[in-house]
Amino acid sequence: MADVVRQSTAGAARRAPSLLRFARRVGIVAGTVALTFLGLLFVTFIIGRVIPIDPVLAIVGDRALPEVYERIKLELGLDRPLYVQFWRYLTDVLQGQFGKSVLTGNPVIEDIRQFFPATLELATIATFLGVALGVPAGVVAAVNAGRWPDHLIRVLALIGYSVPVFWLGLVGLLVFYAKLDWVAGPGRIDVAYEYFIVQKTGLMLVDTLLAGDGAAFRNAIAHLALPAGILGYFSLAYIARMTRSFMLEQLGQEYVTTARVKGLSEARVVWRHAFPNVMVPLTTVIALSYAYLLEGAVLTETVFAWPGIGLYITNSLFNADMTAVLGGTVVVGSCFIGLNMLSDLLYAVFDPRIRRS
Amino acid sequence: MQSLIRLLFAAVVAVGLVGSASAQTPADTLVMAKQIDDIITLDPAEVFEFSGGEVIANVYDRILMYEPEDTEKLVGGVAESWTVSDDGKTITLKVRPGQTFHSGRAITAADVAFSLQRVIKLDLTPAFILTQFGWTKDNVDSLVTATDDATLQVTTEQQFATTFVLNCLSAGVASVVDREEVLAHEVNGDLGHEWLKSNSAGSGAYKLIAWKANDSVLLEANENYRHGAPAIKRIVIRHVAEQAAQRLQLEKGDIDIARNLGADQTVALATNPDVVVGTYPKADVFYLGLSQKIEPLKNPKVRQAMRWLVDYQGMADTFLKGSFKVHQAFWPSGFFASYTETPYHLDVEKAKALLAEAGYPDGFDLKFDCINLSPQQDICLNLQSTMGQAGIRIEILPGDSKQVITKYRARNHEMVSLYWSPDYMDPHSNADTFARNPDNSDEAQSKPLAWRNSWDIPELTAEADAAVLERDADKRAAMYIEMQKKIQDDSPFIIMFQSTEQAALRANVKGFVSGPTFDTVFYRNISKS
Repeated sequence: MADVVRQSTAGAARRAPSLLRFARRVGIVAGTVALTFLGLLFVTFIIGRVIPIDPVLAIVGDRALPEVYERIKLELGLDRPLYVQFWRYLTDVLQGQFGKSVLTGNPVIEDIRQFFPATLELATIATFLGVALGVPAGVVAAVNAGRWPDHLIRVLALIGYSVPVFWLGLVGLLVFYAKLDWVAGPGRIDVAYEYFIVQKTGLMLVDTLLAGDGAAFRNAIAHLALPAGILGYFSLAYIARMTRSFMLEQLGQEYVTTARVKGLSEARVVWRHAFPNVMVPLTTVIALSYAYLLEGAVLTETVFAWPGIGLYITNSLFNADMTAVLGGTVVVGSCFIGLNMLSDLLYAVFDPRIRRS
Repeated sequence: MQSLIRLLFAAVVAVGLVGSASAQTPADTLVMAKQIDDIITLDPAEVFEFSGGEVIANVYDRILMYEPEDTEKLVGGVAESWTVSDDGKTITLKVRPGQTFHSGRAITAADVAFSLQRVIKLDLTPAFILTQFGWTKDNVDSLVTATDDATLQVTTEQQFATTFVLNCLSAGVASVVDREEVLAHEVNGDLGHEWLKSNSAGSGAYKLIAWKANDSVLLEANENYRHGAPAIKRIVIRHVAEQAAQRLQLEKGDIDIARNLGADQTVALATNPDVVVGTYPKADVFYLGLSQKIEPLKNPKVRQAMRWLVDYQGMADTFLKGSFKVHQAFWPSGFFASYTETPYHLDVEKAKALLAEAGYPDGFDLKFDCINLSPQQDICLNLQSTMGQAGIRIEILPGDSKQVITKYRARNHEMVSLYWSPDYMDPHSNADTFARNPDNSDEAQSKPLAWRNSWDIPELTAEADAAVLERDADKRAAMYIEMQKKIQDDSPFIIMFQSTEQAALRANVKGFVSGPTFDTVFYRNISKS
């Protein structure tokens, strides 16, 4: 019995520090997230207040009577000191109130619910394409370093990375929409379907599927294909370049030489030995690329009349609609932080050393 | 950035990549591409944006209105006739019989009175058009009354020119709303404002089905409209920000009308047999504002010299071709009391002589606030070049429109270029801002354009005040023309152009009418063959 007690005490003693460590880790993560958010909100808020645009003008227009102008200014709380305005905004956000957008007249949270899914759908498909094609392309380029496949992939990646996305978008529209008629034009879906599809998720592909409308689903794909393809190409270019670079480093390591000397097949050396070691840095690259696209590719959204979060934030910023900008910033910031945390977790999956530590 | 996009687009078109595969929109549906991200509300008591004004013009009939058959002739709308009392202060309007709202309810004078009273009580941006009559929250119920189901009486505090009052009763704030419907959606005494922002309760040719901010507007035909059911049953206005995308969709047949094409694109479309480019004169004037706080600009000879340093015709004939015409008075041409003389043209030698007389033989430095969009920035560059020929060294300060206007309203500019469009089709709308400045102090409540340019003009202000009260139409027109001459001769305003809208339509689209203002664009006569 005494042994049992001792063992259970020892077990509890072991669990206590590990629980403590876990709690500490959770606390650190939560603190970091909170601080990042606070900093993000503070910087965005200050930028909104120092840009030389009168936010009242965005609401009342240039010709409102002075009393109307003053009334709105008071309603917005712009007569108060900056720190009071920020504190007021912060407390509202903590209570889940993001305020109302001046430009759309809707609660910001509703706007985000409307605009963000459009960007999410586009960014997700584009990232999927970028990863599915970019990673193998990067590996092939590294394995064939200095030979024609490498040159070809590097040139294609360079074009994708350096040619402005909006220009690719315009040329894509001219070729694939106007000339070849392979894809549909700007917008998320044809007018014939637009008002008949119930927006349950805001993701057009999902909503058309849920509606059981095959023609609308195909139409949504036709609209999505080109902007997703263009952004996917941009994403591919970045991912392929980085994969190539990571792989080259690994292929020069002694363990790779050892594996080859042992007579393992080249495919096994590359995919089973070298490639797993680039997964950790590659996860960061993919997460950043995805987060960048979730931020909203403003120019692509402009060219393709894609009502996404990037356009929403940009329009709001140009009109000093700071409630909307801050709301959008919180969403984008959440995506960045969320994806960073996700990639942190994936490190542990891909790298046993991290898992053990 | 947009210029760059257009340039690249033009380059690609030039190498012949554009194909001609065509699609078609449904026969009873019109799809229009337009930049509609300026819509922030569709409540007629609040709408003051171009796109919103256009939508409500098709959804609500107004007390008096302009019709697509003649966009410059004021006629009865919801009211079929009116009489003016001997003292000129009371107008009695008769409501047209047999009209119904979209809800099916009959329109009565009580609805009309409620609509006007609601604007005053809500006191939103465009309310000033009606508060000019002396109406306040406290007195509007007694000054705007329905004496029976078919009769409305409106009384103004002062004896204004009748044409002025009637013109104001044709503005967006004079849209007639369905009282019962609106009050059914009232929340916390807001007179249905929140609901009406994105819904409609009118009697116009179309009813609003949906508005998705920054995305689209869907209208459906009113089958019981007093002029008959419109041929087009559904109108979809889609927000397409990029001009190049609008053009592609039009050529492909995915849209029927493209509303925001640049001059270079409309020129290119001229050779496409499937597309017709329509030109519609507008009432906007484009001007330069010269701050009277800046030393050289205070000198009348300098201001005179600068008028001779603008290449009006050169710009209108080249990069502004089709989108602007030369106009040098503050009230646009084609309307009551217009003044169409254009005495100024580019004359560098004359300008140099005037500058020498003014004591600036070597010119001077000047900062120029300019909106960073086409064609404004092209105009600014041209002005920088021509003024530079006489020694006026211009530094262009590009900025977003709201940024430039914020600076302008704070009187922190030196020279600025901007548009002005009338709020209602009466010359007082523009005289009130170009020729009136009742208080030039920094603390002034009212900030008309004359104030923004620090131009102290007690005499001209008195003339403008007198003109709005003059009941003899001929005399009144003469007064406004006189004011326009004075401002053309010497003022801090160099008025250069009047704008023109160009819209590109599929060749099978007929009956689209775009009048002189943003709220005289009509859809009800559109048909597709």
